[in-house]
Amino acid sequence: MPINPKDIAWVTEPELGFWEATFLSEVVKGLKITFGHMADFESVTQQYPEQRPVLPQHYRGVHRLNRDEQGRVKCVACMLCATACPAHCISIEAAAAPPDWPDRDKYPAEFILDELRCIYCGMCEEACPVDAIELTHIYDMTSENREAMVFNKQKLLGIFDETKNNPLDPVRTRRGRLGPAAEFVNLATLGPATSVESGDRAAIVNTPGVIGEPPPEVRNSQIG
Amino acid sequence: MTELITTLITIGFVLACVLTACMYLVLAERKVSAWMQDRLGPNRVGPYGLIQPVADALKILLKEGVIPSHVDKALFLLAPAISMFTTLLAFAVVPFGPVEESFTWLRFLIAPDVNIGLVFIFAVGSLAVYGVILGGWASNNKYSALGSLRASAQVISYEIPLGMSVLGVILLSRTVDLNEILNQQAKQGIFGWNIWCQPLAALIFYVSSLAESNRLPFDLSECEQELVGGYHTEYGGFRLVLFFLGEYTHLVTISFLTAILFFGGWHFPLIATPESAYTGAWLVKLLVLLAKVLFSVLLIMLIRWTIPRFRFDQLMELTWKVFFPLALANMVAVMTVLQFGINRWALLPISVALFVLFGVFTVTAKRLELARRRRASLAMH
Repeated sequence: MPINPKDIAWVTEPELGFWEATFLSEVVKGLKITFGHMADFESVTQQYPEQRPVLPQHYRGVHRLNRDEQGRVKCVACMLCATACPAHCISIEAAAAPPDWPDRDKYPAEFILDELRCIYCGMCEEACPVDAIELTHIYDMTSENREAMVFNKQKLLGIFDETKNNPLDPVRTRRGRLGPAAEFVNLATLGPATSVESGDRAAIVNTPGVIGEPPPEVRNSQIG
Repeated sequence: MTELITTLITIGFVLACVLTACMYLVLAERKVSAWMQDRLGPNRVGPYGLIQPVADALKILLKEGVIPSHVDKALFLLAPAISMFTTLLAFAVVPFGPVEESFTWLRFLIAPDVNIGLVFIFAVGSLAVYGVILGGWASNNKYSALGSLRASAQVISYEIPLGMSVLGVILLSRTVDLNEILNQQAKQGIFGWNIWCQPLAALIFYVSSLAESNRLPFDLSECEQELVGGYHTEYGGFRLVLFFLGEYTHLVTISFLTAILFFGGWHFPLIATPESAYTGAWLVKLLVLLAKVLFSVLLIMLIRWTIPRFRFDQLMELTWKVFFPLALANMVAVMTVLQFGINRWALLPISVALFVLFGVFTVTAKRLELARRRRASLAMH
């Protein structure tokens, strides 16, 4: 794709001034900045175990297997998540649904998810047609051995029971409809991965994928 | 007998103080860098992280001392010891308080009768580079060898302006005894401090000492980005710490030297003069000197986290093309002033003029070269 000429900015190396070449003024400038930060310091450190981070709505943590209104596992063992998974960490053992479950043919007799192999990309959540698998906000689940981090159906359902009342992890029930990934209009709870600030150079260019010249007001503020 | 006991007590006192100070300087360095970068720094061990050095020391002492199989064992073990030993030895002739007001059992100078003090410090201090060179060589590792080669070239180069910048002070005070130099300044009051007639020498001395002690922005011998760890790549645990302690002791020594040679040592107008005879005057003098040293150390830390590392050719250019001629010119100026009996205050404008002249000259040359380079690159396209 040709780059729009409007997006091309020619940059020339600024000439080394006399005072810059003496090095002195630059050293003083640098010392001023570092000393300024030291004298008037405002920590950005989060004291982790005491202070917990405020996570964004779209944070992707440990998985859960959702239950429907009757408390049954929602999964229909269609294998779409296992197929979509780039890390191959999901293995599902499908079985014929019990006769008193008239709304489906199959259900997962076992659902194994290796949380150590998972890369937390959220593809399983996107792929699921019945909103059965979802990623929660749990980020600090640890264990002393590897076996305990390979989650089975019981454990994944347990995480659902644990998180269903958490406002950060709402249960998205869409029985009979496509998954949340298909509903662009109603994706209200999920923000973009990174917030777009005004003056974002990548957001204003004519050619997609090019970092363009900043608009005049941004440029002026940077110079001044 | 009393003399011997006093000396031993003083040595023990100084050793304990310097090593503790070094441990806390590491903490200070981490704190200072953290504040500059809007972080908190170590704050988990004790209030405000003040017991962190103890935790560090315990961890280091309990660490396994690994000797890689491919090293030259004798030299490998010797190098950190040399590095630490020589820098501590240099402290023997540094007066760390008002020597005249010493106590019976503790005096403020380990070796009081060494009247070649400054020469001794330079002689012993430059031995410290042997620790670096031997460490790098014995490690049998390319990165270490490169680091130690750089260190040797750097230290030998910076030794020259370092020594020459101090020659001016020596000529002016007609002695190399540090305590004598200090007392002469103290007698003449604040305007007797050597910084007034030797500002250029002070600048050269300070920057060269940074290079001499391998501090950033001159830590070419251990730059992590290019040489993994430089000369101490193969070292770990207690031996690595000996290198670091050596470096920090060097830092303390050069700060003491700067304070004593150029800033009047323990002298401060009104509160700490040779005449002040109130009780506890020795304590005030000691604190004044320590405050000056602390200020210098903090400045060095500030510089470390402000200025990026020099390139090796820039480093060599700085010493051979700038500091060496400047120090030489400064020395000639001092000799001229002394020979013709000119007022020594004439050295202040002379120093400034030398600095400005030299600055204009080198900067113009540099800019001309850059312009030529730009023209050449344009002509190529």
